[in-house]
Amino acid sequence: MKKKLKKVKFFDVLNILIMLLICFVMIYPIWFVIVNSFSQGTEVLKGGIYWWPRAFCLENYAAVFKNKEIFTAFGITVLKTVAGTVTSVFFTAMVAYGLSKSYLVGRKFYMVFGIITMFFSGGLIPYFLLIKSLGMLDSFWVYIIPSLFSFYNAIIFMTFFRNIPQEMEESAKIDGANDFKIFLKIILPVSGPVIATIALFNGVGQWNDYFTGVIYITNEQWLTPIQTFLYKIISENSSTRIVANMPASVRNSMVTSTTIKYATMVVTTFPIVCVYPFLQKYFVQGIMVGSVKG
Amino acid sequence: MKEKNKILWKRIKQQKYLLLMVLPGMIWLLVFCYLPMYGCQIAFQNYRITDVLGTSDWAGLKWFAKFFQDPSFFQVMKNTLGISFLKLLFGFTAPIIFALLLNEIRNLKFKRVVQTLSYLPHFLSWVILGGIMITWLSDTGVINRVLIAMGVLDEGVSFLAKPQYFWGISVISEIWKELGWGAIIYLAAISGIDPSLYEAAEIDGANRFQKLWYITLPEISGTIAILFILQVGGIMGSNFDQIFVLHNALNDPASNVIDMFVYKIGIGNANYSYATAIGLFRSVISLLLLLIANKVTAKLEGSSLF
Repeated sequence: MKKKLKKVKFFDVLNILIMLLICFVMIYPIWFVIVNSFSQGTEVLKGGIYWWPRAFCLENYAAVFKNKEIFTAFGITVLKTVAGTVTSVFFTAMVAYGLSKSYLVGRKFYMVFGIITMFFSGGLIPYFLLIKSLGMLDSFWVYIIPSLFSFYNAIIFMTFFRNIPQEMEESAKIDGANDFKIFLKIILPVSGPVIATIALFNGVGQWNDYFTGVIYITNEQWLTPIQTFLYKIISENSSTRIVANMPASVRNSMVTSTTIKYATMVVTTFPIVCVYPFLQKYFVQGIMVGSVKG
Repeated sequence: MKEKNKILWKRIKQQKYLLLMVLPGMIWLLVFCYLPMYGCQIAFQNYRITDVLGTSDWAGLKWFAKFFQDPSFFQVMKNTLGISFLKLLFGFTAPIIFALLLNEIRNLKFKRVVQTLSYLPHFLSWVILGGIMITWLSDTGVINRVLIAMGVLDEGVSFLAKPQYFWGISVISEIWKELGWGAIIYLAAISGIDPSLYEAAEIDGANRFQKLWYITLPEISGTIAILFILQVGGIMGSNFDQIFVLHNALNDPASNVIDMFVYKIGIGNANYSYATAIGLFRSVISLLLLLIANKVTAKLEGSSLF
């Protein structure tokens, strides 16, 4: 009996240690970027800043916020995240509401039509040519229209809508409201949790997407979102150019291309890190609803 | 017949608002999903950028033959399947193990904190994570400093410049990003297990490990099966978002996967027909793999997608 107890205890301790190690591995890389972004450029180049900023300074951030390119990229990202999320959630919910009615004429066809798209796609090149022929290259619309709808999200909406008690809609119908009005005035207001879930999936997706900017924005550089901008800094080392463009008063030992990079990364990540602990409950719900599908 | 049409018309009229709400979605699907599928025909044609879709001259299976004879074919397939297989082997099992271990933590508060922190990387983009990795894995980066301090290495190695490390980097960093997120669904499945099963097992004298092996695992095997099918369906994909960030000219021999190859041929060289043929090949194989995995798990496990 005693031996068994000891064995269990040993496992518990080991398990807790494993969990602590996992937590460390998940957080530390981000902490590393943060402390380096608050350190002076020359110190960062010497390396070895692991736990706390060395020669603390805010000049890196000042440089980032003063930079016009980064500022525009931020604006574009915020704009596309807000506009893309709002339109996509509304559009997808609207279609899903129609599809959630089992008596809808042709429902089976619409469902098959949608499900096929979840498992087969035309691939990158035909899609690229389509976007091109729709005139959406180098256009802000490329962030909004192609991500307006998702059949997967529609299924999550449908699952939720079907559990809303019928009585609410019926009484509205007796009062003479049409289906669209019912959707706007009755369904949407009671769908908070599912709207939050899908909005968050979409919002994070929009915020983090860099590939759209890489492939569809070629000439109109001001339309580049922050993630694409960062991708270019990382892959082409164009942060040197940003430092060179800075006024001489800032361009001293405090700021280097490396610290600019770190500061941009922190600023880019900041909104997400702020938001996710509070909203994780919705994400968990969302993933659950999605999995019930079957 | 006429009577039937009349009833149908009446129904359509009655639900015209509902139909008008569904219609835009169907149009969107038609344009953004089905038009590209229709556009796949250029894989069988000699498409030039000035051509109107559907008017190019036919080329038969020329582009497919070209792909199979391409000197890169073997390398591309090896990289795609190699990375995906390793991700299936380790990336798929790691969240299951993590969920099972986390479930054994008794302090609920600690458990919640660990879980919340574990999916932080999921919410960061591959650009951010890739940026951190590129810095850390450089010859003067953190990883090298630690390895040198430990005496494992004598001098810094530029890990992302060496093809032999790329597969490992790709697999480990994906586990890093998706470990916690992937575990959510299993933890949910575990919390849905009927507690009386455990009580009965305790009465029979089962210890923790026996309970895990004989109750928890069998109870979540349905969830595991579904996720396995989806992962197998993604074998030809190997996560382009990630590889596109970590790819560079030096590690290309190990990072040139199908999606990368399609990108280089199609977007880089503007050889649209050839790139489309490779992409179509990938989509068809993916679909077949998904269907096969679905059949196999349905037979073995009783769980399937459709």
